[in-house]
Amino acid sequence: MLEIRLDHTQGNFRLNVAFQGAASGVTALFGPSGAGKTSIVNMVAGLQKPDAGRIAVNGLRLFDSARKIHLPPEKRRIGYVFQEGRLLPHLSVRANLTYGMRLTPKDRRFVEFDPVVDLLGIGHLLHRRPSRLSGGEKQRVAIGRALLTSPAMLLMDEPLASLDPARKAEVLPFIVRLAREFAIPVLYVSHALDEILNLAARMVMIREGRVLADGDLEALLSRSDLQPHLGRAESESVISTVVKEPEDAFGLTHLRFGDRILKVLSIDAEKGEPVRVRISSRHVAIALEPPSRTSFLNIFPGEIREMVDLGGPVLDVRVEIGCSLWARITRKSLLELNLKTGQPVFALIKSVAVSSGPSDACR
Amino acid sequence: MTLFHLTAVELAALKLSLWVSGWAVAASLPAGILAAWVLARLRFPGKNLLDGMLHLPLVLPPVVIGYLLLVMLGRNGIIGGALDRYLGVVLAFNWKGAALAAAVMAFPLLVRAVRLSLEGVDQGLEDAARTLGAGPLRVFFTVTLPLMVPGIITGVILAFARSLGEFGATITFVSNIRGQTQTLPLALYTLTQVPDGEAGAMRLCILSVLIAMAALVCSEILARRFAARMEG
Repeated sequence: MLEIRLDHTQGNFRLNVAFQGAASGVTALFGPSGAGKTSIVNMVAGLQKPDAGRIAVNGLRLFDSARKIHLPPEKRRIGYVFQEGRLLPHLSVRANLTYGMRLTPKDRRFVEFDPVVDLLGIGHLLHRRPSRLSGGEKQRVAIGRALLTSPAMLLMDEPLASLDPARKAEVLPFIVRLAREFAIPVLYVSHALDEILNLAARMVMIREGRVLADGDLEALLSRSDLQPHLGRAESESVISTVVKEPEDAFGLTHLRFGDRILKVLSIDAEKGEPVRVRISSRHVAIALEPPSRTSFLNIFPGEIREMVDLGGPVLDVRVEIGCSLWARITRKSLLELNLKTGQPVFALIKSVAVSSGPSDACR
Repeated sequence: MTLFHLTAVELAALKLSLWVSGWAVAASLPAGILAAWVLARLRFPGKNLLDGMLHLPLVLPPVVIGYLLLVMLGRNGIIGGALDRYLGVVLAFNWKGAALAAAVMAFPLLVRAVRLSLEGVDQGLEDAARTLGAGPLRVFFTVTLPLMVPGIITGVILAFARSLGEFGATITFVSNIRGQTQTLPLALYTLTQVPDGEAGAMRLCILSVLIAMAALVCSEILARRFAARMEG
């Protein structure tokens, strides 16, 4: 469990935040550049000293201005994966990996060398120098290095930001697996929603040095008031699903949410694996009756819960179908169908419009 | 008399020079690294003054430095007297004094080169090492110092060359005593002052050039090895 309360002024910028991170799994620290995210993780790591506040991990006080506690970084047992990797250039990959491990007393180690090397797929790189690694390889080694100190928690400051989309797709699965396989809470900083979508359970939204919202990732993503701060051009719905059938005869993946099945283009995931999918509101249509003879494969009965007038000819409608689903419709349709809040409708989703994870979300 | 046969006096001067310069560099290196670190990383009042003082030997005439050393560290000097009385260390008119004079004159060059390399070390790497559990001292010896190696090599070579060439401060502080304080430049100077000394002077001149070139080649090889290690 991570408890943070910070107050820090630097120049004109005031950072004043208080939030808690989950005791396990990934907590995303989300916000635009310059919001103060990196300052927060630096303060948790002990690399920067806040003016006032309190930082505690699993009940251990790392910083407490009232009690004049300020543990140095090396005493905090916090693993830090930096944006630029920061591998030690004069050491081999193996020496980088074991640098922190050897400084961890044996009785405190719960992360072993071989499993980490296997998990991250860096066994063939052990004798190389960091300068001979690709960006993605560097980040994997940096993650392994932090993990091998058997930390009480892991900080990741935009570990994928310096990578191109292909390298991102290469590293992200490792972080997902790491968060699942090692019981270490992770605080993951990002300004890209698609990165944290299939990674984080909780999200803390930071804006201009303050906490804008804080809570369950999905709940935050469906809140209409937060849509402008999510850094995307159009409203999107996020649905948590479980893979029911990885690939049917037509090459479609069946995803289960509640008692409903969402059919989408094939996703690279195994049966039973949890997957979050994003659906742009532009790809959701609304009908008053279940349409017959249509190309829409996903038709869900639901109820209109909220309408957000965007001004102009369009508006967003939130339909409850067992989860929140945003649909963007024209004002003309609204009037012709005479839609109202509380009205039962059918939501139609094109299978080809559903995407999971990162990659194409950056368009 | 040939160009390739050193006399006993010249051989003694060569050995003494290498000995004195080696000691001058070896003894001043830790202090030089410390001074570079203080100047590069700390902020304190009087920093500019300290910086200026360290650079004095670069701008003052060497004879002035030699004279100051004599006044302070000579047998009757403030510090020299105490050293003699309590520690039994005498610096005046022996090789130790020559090494000290060389070290003082070479110190600014050493500090400048080391400081430059230290300023080039990414402090983010030091932070990373801290988060991996290393205390400040360990970070210095396992991260900062290894990354400063190129600057240290340059500094050592510069300081060694400067020490080999030291003349003014040495002759003023410890005089020109054959076998004791007569280093290569002093011997060369002496030879130019006596009749029939030209051949000897020429031999010492060639010798100086050879030593300087050998030092440069050494530093180049070391620097390349370091670069290759970082690449590997």
